[in-house]
Amino acid sequence: MMNNSFAQPMWSNGPSPGQFYNFMGGNAPTQLPRELTTAGPFGTKHSTAAITTGSSVVGIKFDGGVLVAADTLVSYGSLARYQDIQRVFKINNNILLGGSGDFADIQSIKRNIDQKMIEDQCYNDGVIMKPGELASWLTRVLYNRRSRMNPLYIDVVVGGVDETGKPFLGNVDMRGRAYNDYVVATGFGRHLALPLVRERKPKDRDFTFEEATNLIRESMKVLYYRDTRSIPQYTVGICTAADCSIKGPFKVEENWTFAETVKGY
Amino acid sequence: MDNCDYFGGTTIIAVEFDGGVVMGADSRTSCRTYVSNRSADKLTRITDHIYCCRSGSASQTQTLANTVAYAMNYYECSMGEPALVRDAAVHFRNKIYDSRQTMMASIIVAGWDRRHGGQVYSVPITGLMVHEPCAVAGSGAAYIQGFVTAHYRPGMQQADTVELVKNAVQLAIQHDCSSGGIVRLGVINEYGMDACVCCDKDPAMVKYANTLLWNLEFGIW
Repeated sequence: MMNNSFAQPMWSNGPSPGQFYNFMGGNAPTQLPRELTTAGPFGTKHSTAAITTGSSVVGIKFDGGVLVAADTLVSYGSLARYQDIQRVFKINNNILLGGSGDFADIQSIKRNIDQKMIEDQCYNDGVIMKPGELASWLTRVLYNRRSRMNPLYIDVVVGGVDETGKPFLGNVDMRGRAYNDYVVATGFGRHLALPLVRERKPKDRDFTFEEATNLIRESMKVLYYRDTRSIPQYTVGICTAADCSIKGPFKVEENWTFAETVKGY
Repeated sequence: MDNCDYFGGTTIIAVEFDGGVVMGADSRTSCRTYVSNRSADKLTRITDHIYCCRSGSASQTQTLANTVAYAMNYYECSMGEPALVRDAAVHFRNKIYDSRQTMMASIIVAGWDRRHGGQVYSVPITGLMVHEPCAVAGSGAAYIQGFVTAHYRPGMQQADTVELVKNAVQLAIQHDCSSGGIVRLGVINEYGMDACVCCDKDPAMVKYANTLLWNLEFGIW
């Protein structure tokens, strides 16, 4: 009896994990997407890892609109390289976008979004893009890039109000996963800010503006204390039916008075 | 290397001056990108007149410091006189050099003794020991090496040296994500070690100013 101790392949000529598979069949060779091929003699490739990165973004929905906050740092690895960068953008009068992850990719997607806003203005038909629509569009773009193994390494918060003044707040990540909630965050904010805000949510109503601002201030403080890739300066975007703008930069209310009492280890 | 360096990021510095040494350190212990301790004390006592600045893996450097402090205490009890700074540095060097394959510890030993006055010894990861008047170490050191070289002069007075150390650590905190928190300073001279915390931000003022700005920006009056 043949003792075949190696596992036999379950199928042949079919898809293999991690490889591109040509579903159209035939002998057409699978090719890397154009943007991933470079003209080097030995097939040189550049790293597509995230290098210049923004850290957390926190968004909170309140009864009149949304607040989206992010610190003003873009790090270069562990170097706090660019310390005065706006990471919360006003897209149009209804939409705020908070960007984290690779900042070059954020700027790239923002250039695309700005084109769409210019188109909206050119049509001039009284209909402008709503935050939910932008979130959907981003989902599709990011999912497609991810499926072609060339992701945009970003994690964004999309917030704003629709034409009736109803607030919207969503989070789209680099793989095209999106969801809406009354509080969303990226990066470390997901671990530190989300539980903080969810704990304080009144069961039967939305946050008031007062509560939302206090939560933003506290979240940014905790994020500065506990995230190494952060600085104590942040901007906050506010989007309501009446106003959509970026405010700041504000300073984190840091408190180090207890540190004198710590001696030794 | 450890899967998670508990003490990967730091800025530590020690500078000799006429009459002693000034040591400075940040207060952040990071575990990759999480700050596990934002008020750490990296200036560790070996004897009353010899302290060390620790960088690298926290567990390893803490144990090392315990061991060397024990050895120096034994020496002081046997000899009946204060230990020499160089002896403490040699102890660190022996331990780090012998285990350098498995260890990640970079130490600056600084202190005062009657024979040679204020001294600073650098014992980096590789286990070499060198006496230098002005030493920086840790991940934040890279960003301030130029600054320290440009501003250090031999024979400075205590006040100037304290300013140099404080500014250097503050700059490193500003640029290095793995260093942060407040600046811990220590001055060692013939009378012992005097530690202090440099934090020029009054939290009440910061909170008041920020609340004002917030109200102004959002139009709440």
